[in-house]
Amino acid sequence: MANREKLINTALALLLPALALAAYGMGEPFYVTLATRIAILALAAAGLNLALGLGGLVSFGHAAFFGIGGYMAGIFATHAFNQTPLFTWPIEIAATDQMPVIWLVSAGVAALVALPIGLISLRTSGVYFIMITLAFAQMIYYFAISWPAYGGEDGLSITMRNGFPGVNTLDPLNYFLIAYGLLLLVLFIFTRIRDSRFGAALQAARQNEVRVASIGIRPLRIRLAAFVISAMITAVAGALFADLNRFVGPSMLSWNMSGELIVLIILGGTGRLFGPVAGAILFVLFEFALGGLTEHWQLFLGLILLGVVLFVRGGLIGLLAGKVHHG
Amino acid sequence: MAEPVLNICNLCKSFGALKATDDVSLDLYPGEIHALIGPNGAGKSTLIHQIAGTLKHNTGSIHFMGRDVSALGVSHRAQLGLGRTFQISSLTPEFSALRNVMLAVQANQGSSFRFWQPVMADASLKDRAMHMLERVGLVDRAPVPSAELSHGERRQLEIAIALALEPKAFLLDEPMAGMGPEGSKRLTGFLDTLRHEAPILLIEHDMDAVFALADRISVLVYGRIIATGTVDDIRRNPQVREAYLGESV
Ligand SMILES: Nc1ncnc2c1ncn2[C@@H]1O[C@H](COP(=O)(O)OP(=O)(O)OP(=O)(O)O)[C@@H](O)[C@H]1O
Ligand SMILES: [Mg+2]
Repeated sequence: MANREKLINTALALLLPALALAAYGMGEPFYVTLATRIAILALAAAGLNLALGLGGLVSFGHAAFFGIGGYMAGIFATHAFNQTPLFTWPIEIAATDQMPVIWLVSAGVAALVALPIGLISLRTSGVYFIMITLAFAQMIYYFAISWPAYGGEDGLSITMRNGFPGVNTLDPLNYFLIAYGLLLLVLFIFTRIRDSRFGAALQAARQNEVRVASIGIRPLRIRLAAFVISAMITAVAGALFADLNRFVGPSMLSWNMSGELIVLIILGGTGRLFGPVAGAILFVLFEFALGGLTEHWQLFLGLILLGVVLFVRGGLIGLLAGKVHHG
Repeated sequence: MAEPVLNICNLCKSFGALKATDDVSLDLYPGEIHALIGPNGAGKSTLIHQIAGTLKHNTGSIHFMGRDVSALGVSHRAQLGLGRTFQISSLTPEFSALRNVMLAVQANQGSSFRFWQPVMADASLKDRAMHMLERVGLVDRAPVPSAELSHGERRQLEIAIALALEPKAFLLDEPMAGMGPEGSKRLTGFLDTLRHEAPILLIEHDMDAVFALADRISVLVYGRIIATGTVDDIRRNPQVREAYLGESV
């Protein structure tokens, strides 16, 4: 079964660049963008999968981190374009339009925000945890709406997509490759964390918190670290997403977005390495196929999700590859 | 006599109107097995929970290694050296027997914030965990998810996990339960040697095992300790015979 999962993962990993290359070759940039969108959503969900899949932490507030990344990309792009400094006080800091810097800042800011949110919300569990993470995300959502400097309700357009050293990011295939490369990197990091000592403690805490405490490991610390790392990854995805759409608005911070990320993971397979990828493919396909037919495509998505939760517990990966094997 | 490793003083715990622990005082000395016996619902497990910290006592004190641990959480007390097993096995069900013990070895090494090296390639964890499984006779079952182990095997795994912690005191809640006569006998022999590694507070219904092992016995009835003494003291105590041992002696 473990081998079968590897095969499926490889197929999924190849599917995205195949789609992007084929579309590019046929001069269909729209489909390249679609593949990029899948890669970025998968990246965001891979971040959440660390907390939700491995740690059992159902964060209903990850849009906050996704949006933080998005706003970082938007804010940097705006300042860089207008050639105005980010800050003038206490020292003047100039903006850059280089993506690697923006990603690092996004991850850093997300970590700073996730730390207090995690410290407070991880003292609860179950439904309370879901509601508290949602509440924090909503606070940030309303903050963004009421902050006119960066667009308020209208959001922020990115006139010039941010750059990457040595690469023309305006070319859709190049941009796909950046997003896809980052996705593969994060999936690799995910496997290392999952199989590490930390990952063992995190997964054990999901299965039996009292057991973990009884051998002398504090579940709260482990979960907090997972929550923060998870937020950092999702924030980087948010920065990519804003650059893809050349727009960031409060909708990136909304609870729908948090819900979508959870839906992605459940569709694909909770806690599975390629669950977020499978989920993102399914989600974007549904959005694309059903969205063309009816405005109420999310209703159908809801029904499909219900079916997955009731009948195929492990999502698509679980359906194809069977149960997780822990060794 | 040496200082007690564990010292419990005037401990009280109520669940609503029910006094589950009623003014209990009890010591555990180095090298000894102190058995705690009593009828079902007497409050034995509740006492273990309070020592381990999974339940908070209402009044009284718990000193471990000369230190008041009353305010400390479960994981902190475990780090200080309290190794306990649960009456109802409490394991990480998806993990194999081996990984359950490896996690305990890892906890004992105090190093769970390592994010990069795969545990399954870590010989220092694996060898040590295998050794613990060997000691409880569970090596053959190392790769089996703990959810798929038999009841008795899970009890053995609980002990292997406690061993891996190299604790300063063992709190064992009915380790023989569900082991069968053969397993009980083997475990009795094992615990007899284990007391030299660390003293054991042993809750057990198997009277043969208790009488064979215990240096001292405390009898708990309705949350109160009605007698503490050597095996002979307890066998002869009329109150104990009446309240608990009945005609079974
Ligand atoms: N969390 C709880 N809330 C309320 N009552 C409880 C709780 N835990 C235990 N009790 C009650 O406290 C009493 C002591 O229970 P405990 O499990 O400690 O008994 P025990 O001596 O371990 O019994 P056994 O030999 O059956 O394991 C029982 O009457 C039980 O119903
Ligand atoms: Mg009990």
